[in-house]
Amino acid sequence: MTFGQLNAGASDVGAPGGEDPRNLALQGADGLLEQNAEASIEMHEVEGLSLGRIVTRRFLRHRAAMICLVILAITVVLAFTSQGIDAFGIQIHGWWMWTYSEVPDVINGGEPTLSLVPFNIGIHPLGQDTVGHDMFAQVMRGTQQSLMIVFLAGIVSTVIGVTLGSIAGYFGGWIDALLMRLTDITIIVPFYLIAAIVGQTVGGAGPAFLGIFLGALLWTTLARLVRGEVLALREREFVEAAKVAGASDARIIFRHILPNTVGVIIVSATLTMSATILTEAAISFLGFGVRPPDTSLGLIISQYQSAFSTRPWLFWWPGLFIVIIALTINFIGDGLRDAFDPRQRRGLTRRARRERAMEVEKATAEAAGSAS
Amino acid sequence: MVSFIVRRILASLVVLFVASYLVYNLAANSSDPLADLRSSTLPDAQKHALMQQRIAALQLDVPPYLRYFIWFGGILAGFVGKFTLGDTIDGQHVTDALGSAMGSTLQLVTTAFVIGLIIGVTIGIATALRIYSTFDYITTFVAFLFFSLPVFWVAVMLKQFAAINFNDFLSNPVIPPLWIGVIAVISGVVWMGIVGGGWRRRLIVFGIATLAPVVVLTFTNLTGWFKTPSLGPVVTPALAIGAAVVVTVLSTGWANKRARYTALSVAVGIGLVLYYPLHLLFNQFGVINIGTVLLLIAVMVVLGGVGGWLWGGNDRRPQIRTGALTGFATILIVLIDRFMESWGIYSDQVTNGRPISTVGASTPDLDAVFWIDGLDTFSHLILPTIALILISVASYSRYARASLLDVLNQDYIRTARAKGLTERTVVMRHAFRNALIPITTIIALDLGALISGAVLTETVFAWSGMGALFVQALHKVDLNPIMGFFLVTAITVIVFNFLADIVYSALDPRIRVTA
Repeated sequence: MTFGQLNAGASDVGAPGGEDPRNLALQGADGLLEQNAEASIEMHEVEGLSLGRIVTRRFLRHRAAMICLVILAITVVLAFTSQGIDAFGIQIHGWWMWTYSEVPDVINGGEPTLSLVPFNIGIHPLGQDTVGHDMFAQVMRGTQQSLMIVFLAGIVSTVIGVTLGSIAGYFGGWIDALLMRLTDITIIVPFYLIAAIVGQTVGGAGPAFLGIFLGALLWTTLARLVRGEVLALREREFVEAAKVAGASDARIIFRHILPNTVGVIIVSATLTMSATILTEAAISFLGFGVRPPDTSLGLIISQYQSAFSTRPWLFWWPGLFIVIIALTINFIGDGLRDAFDPRQRRGLTRRARRERAMEVEKATAEAAGSAS
Repeated sequence: MVSFIVRRILASLVVLFVASYLVYNLAANSSDPLADLRSSTLPDAQKHALMQQRIAALQLDVPPYLRYFIWFGGILAGFVGKFTLGDTIDGQHVTDALGSAMGSTLQLVTTAFVIGLIIGVTIGIATALRIYSTFDYITTFVAFLFFSLPVFWVAVMLKQFAAINFNDFLSNPVIPPLWIGVIAVISGVVWMGIVGGGWRRRLIVFGIATLAPVVVLTFTNLTGWFKTPSLGPVVTPALAIGAAVVVTVLSTGWANKRARYTALSVAVGIGLVLYYPLHLLFNQFGVINIGTVLLLIAVMVVLGGVGGWLWGGNDRRPQIRTGALTGFATILIVLIDRFMESWGIYSDQVTNGRPISTVGASTPDLDAVFWIDGLDTFSHLILPTIALILISVASYSRYARASLLDVLNQDYIRTARAKGLTERTVVMRHAFRNALIPITTIIALDLGALISGAVLTETVFAWSGMGALFVQALHKVDLNPIMGFFLVTAITVIVFNFLADIVYSALDPRIRVTA
């Protein structure tokens, strides 16, 4: 999954067919026809396009990923505008009438006022808890926190993973051994332990710190993947050429090798992010993550798990938002993987394959008929 | 190979040492181990005495970076037979606490792992063979959905729907017709998707798969089956024959006459002829325990194999295999039938008609015969296991699908098809076996994740397993149990990583282990 390979693949397909010895062996009417049918499908996909364009186009065509991207964008906008921003000293009020910390009177036992037929949002669409907190405000604040943690963790883990992975892969030797043992150590230290320690020591530092810390623990998969890629890439000719031209190690790593691993990096980063949201929720659920009075989705679930049979709405909505975020990120990651993987072609179903085979056969028969 | 193993073990020991040192110091600095005493309302003198006592017991006066070596010395003392992992804050030996906790966690994780693996790989294969069909798309979506579910959320929901509501349902076990209809249609659509084929075959499959649940569920409604379930001497052999057919089709293909006869005769022999003799044996409560039951299963597997051998022929191996597998399946069905017989007693007398349990790993102070004990374990295990399975099935099915697709695109599969081998042989022998190679490694690495998932599940279902031990210790800053938990999980992860490498090179001769 590299630039070099893809470009090579593109030029192969772009070159006039028939030079491949395998195809020469198939000379004759049917051989040529089959080859054209094959080539026309593959050529259209990549003709005269850069890798970036190919990937973008493939990604944009991935329906599930696009739908999920829209849903995720809506969730982000909803969460951040409704509750406003209250982080890093910046304070902007949102448009929703309650904030997550306000305690209005409990109306109608806290029942949700949201109804679809007739459509009505009401004053507390997702209901209230026993004290009176507005659940919509709570869930939106939780979503905000979770999203922030996810993105921070994604960025931090990507930076660490890429740097360590590429250094280990490029330099090899004792540096590699040392860094990989460091990875092993990070993997076997229990996650909840670190989270608990961070939570207990800097409990007040908020989600930003938690996100950075999660990122500082979740880089191991990416580092291993990048290392593997770099190990293969550093033996390639273009790296040798750069070395001969006098490029420094840093330049070779960052300008020549890393752009070729961008697919692996992006896909792995997305999947790490979807894992992060579940981890964050789990940590908060166990009581080691975000602490009250602030809130997060995992914390809301943990606070209200015993209320499930009497006030299920306290439980449904935070869980639903966790699922929405994790699911959409997963699907986006899947779409990116399909887009970056040159082997993944939009698959032909068995029926489509049979139909195409029949078309080719018919054309062959016609060609044979006209030839004789 | 030997040098590889030695080097790996040495490296792992170093990693373990450094990581444990880190964990010890981090955990020690996380909070104050005397916090509960400091904030207690006891008179000062008494409080002070208790503090001194705890400080002396846990050597809290030694700074953590040195105290670690006291703890480490306890492990080294293992060489002179005085192995210790220290005491907990309440004065219990960590080795004892860990031992009992490990038992219940292992039970949970292993069950979930095995069942999840079987279901996940089966679904993965089914979707890979029906790629880009509606069935594939729906399964993919559901897999992603389960993959995105927080395990504790699922666990709490299961507690409500699968335990409380199901127990309510058991007081009047009649499924409303609407639900029967929904279940029937879902079953029809799923089977139609799996079997595939032309529209006629699809229609037939849909018809059968829709009708079957209607008949079965109406029958269970009329007889109150869910309250006192049983298979009896009629359904047991019928199921056994069904299992025999499936085993034959998958193992040798239906066309193999001798294998077919073997499977059927084994199923009839154990399921029908031996049904009453086995039940007589099962009711000898003094004899029946886990050991004898395992022995019985082994005997039946051997009997099945012998049955296959007796059918003769030139190459007896396929039918011996088929016979042994059928014997295994049949004795399982007979055992399930026997367990079901005790269900009514268990449900009414032990649990007052609310059998599905939401708390703990077993009913306290239950001292009953093997069958009741087994049911007790089952009814406690089922919910946490489902919670863990849902998520692991999702990922295993994705791995299995991707891996099988990768293999199915290889040239040697095309060669196998071109040779004219049946689709069964191509899939089961050429593709499936090779697809298992990457699955083994991924799954071995995944086991660590499963254990940490168990931490959450145990919390929700109040299991006193390793997870609970760890979380409680973490809240109390109780270092020794934390380190015990760390040792067990870290060693598990390291061992399975190691096994994954070894197994990979054993399964795939192209891979050589170096460094």
